[in-house]
Amino acid sequence: MNRFLLSPFAKPLLLAACLLPCAFLIYAATADQLGANPAEALVRSTGDWTLRFLCLVLAVTPLRVQAGLPSLARFRRMLGLLVYFYVLLHLLCYSWFDMGFELQDIARDITKRPFILVGFAAFVLLTPLAATSFNRAIRWLRASRWQVLHRLVYGVAVLGVLHFFWMRASKNNLAEVMVYAGILGILLAWRLWRRLTVRRA
Amino acid sequence: MRSYDSCCNKDRIMLIKSRNDGFIHPVASEITPQGIYTQRRELIRLMATGAAGAALATWAMRDARAQTMTARPGKLTALVAAKSTVSGATTVEKVTEYKDAAGYNNFYEFGTDKSDPARNAHTLQTSPWTVAIEGLVKKPGNYALEDLTKLSAQEERIYRLRCVEGWSMVIPWVGYSLSELIKKVEPLSSAKYVEFVTLADRKTMPYVSTHVLDWPYVEGLRMDEAMHPLTLLTFGMYGEILPKQNGAPLRLVVPWKYGFKSGKSLVKIRFTDKEPMTAWHQAAPQEYGFYSNVNPNVDHPRWSQARERRIGEDGLFSQKRKTLMFNGYEAQVGQLYAGMDLKKYY
Repeated sequence: MNRFLLSPFAKPLLLAACLLPCAFLIYAATADQLGANPAEALVRSTGDWTLRFLCLVLAVTPLRVQAGLPSLARFRRMLGLLVYFYVLLHLLCYSWFDMGFELQDIARDITKRPFILVGFAAFVLLTPLAATSFNRAIRWLRASRWQVLHRLVYGVAVLGVLHFFWMRASKNNLAEVMVYAGILGILLAWRLWRRLTVRRA
Repeated sequence: MRSYDSCCNKDRIMLIKSRNDGFIHPVASEITPQGIYTQRRELIRLMATGAAGAALATWAMRDARAQTMTARPGKLTALVAAKSTVSGATTVEKVTEYKDAAGYNNFYEFGTDKSDPARNAHTLQTSPWTVAIEGLVKKPGNYALEDLTKLSAQEERIYRLRCVEGWSMVIPWVGYSLSELIKKVEPLSSAKYVEFVTLADRKTMPYVSTHVLDWPYVEGLRMDEAMHPLTLLTFGMYGEILPKQNGAPLRLVVPWKYGFKSGKSLVKIRFTDKEPMTAWHQAAPQEYGFYSNVNPNVDHPRWSQARERRIGEDGLFSQKRKTLMFNGYEAQVGQLYAGMDLKKYY
């Protein structure tokens, strides 16, 4: 397993796989395969994929430690950037297909609606993380400060789930929200548990 | 395109020649509907028997009306209807494609995804079907679907449908004004509201076992809204009986209100003196009021209602169209709400 993860093909292969959802959405949109309301389908599925990649990137460290696969760490940055890639698509679809690129309307929407505000805040918080993902930025910030900055992702996870919860709220139809909340909850709880136990040891 | 034109009018380049059979297909609107065709046969027969004089006038009228009727998709039993004469009842906008109107539905008893109802609603049993008329009314009782269908002449009404979620369609419904039924059952003067209860059957409706909403789904109208001629007791669409996912065998359509006000698969109509507690108001009172009139100036707490996307028509990259006050039926229904604060009574 470790050897496969270390092979030079592992990264491009994973990247290709992670771009498949995006490729499918582009294909489906051009081939009119997104149902009666393609705009809604695009906004929703790019949001879904953002949450999925957020789960994936936050699973890297727990899996690396618990499964004893140190080479998994190689993929963390790429998965993190994929979260940003999908959230950018999500924001683009919303701004374009829902708001027609009316910047004033978008600004009003963000300030008026808590659920949009929370989603937008999560995007804003992710931006410095994506911007400091390359090696020189890490050196420039020094590893310890870089690490503190990148803990923002935990806040992003909470905001992301809240954004999804508020979108679905009032419909007592929260099964899907609970799946994401459960996965992210476990991944964050693992970190808390580890912090407490490692310190005591 | 012009290869066939040796015998035809050279200007008519719109005719399409099929690659397979060499047939020339006229555009759909030029195909004579079967109903008209048989009427013409009937007319010829009448002429032959000399009875044509009086018939000619009515036939000419029917012909003119029927020409605007929507073409049937040919999926379900036909439901014959005349064009409505009610003001505002026949918009000339492009009718939404049947596959979208019958494939993109909110009918939570069959699932919360909009493709769920078309997939799951086949289990719905629409026959036998009765509607209970209850409450403050002189002639309560159980009315069989067959009798309700025949209670008044079926009309085609081409209405805009605006969903609270921000999308819209144009649908040719078949039915008659709910007021026809209300007049027949004679509500008491104390009846101020009408409550509509829809079917909630665990055996045939998979999501009734979930807690998405408090079942059964209940909707309501003020008596004057229920009596408005645009309020349609609906048995069909696109010239056929209702597909199950669209609320077979009978539903309500209130075109100036958000779609959820129009209950599907009705089983009970109750006359009452109190404002009914409606399903969505109960689930989220701050988001869904009793009136829920289409209003571009009153936003849903989670999204704007100023614009809408017309399904199948407004492309992905086109600007959404402006939502109209009372969904464009202000001239017909505006007076019902004269003097009311529509922000307060959302």
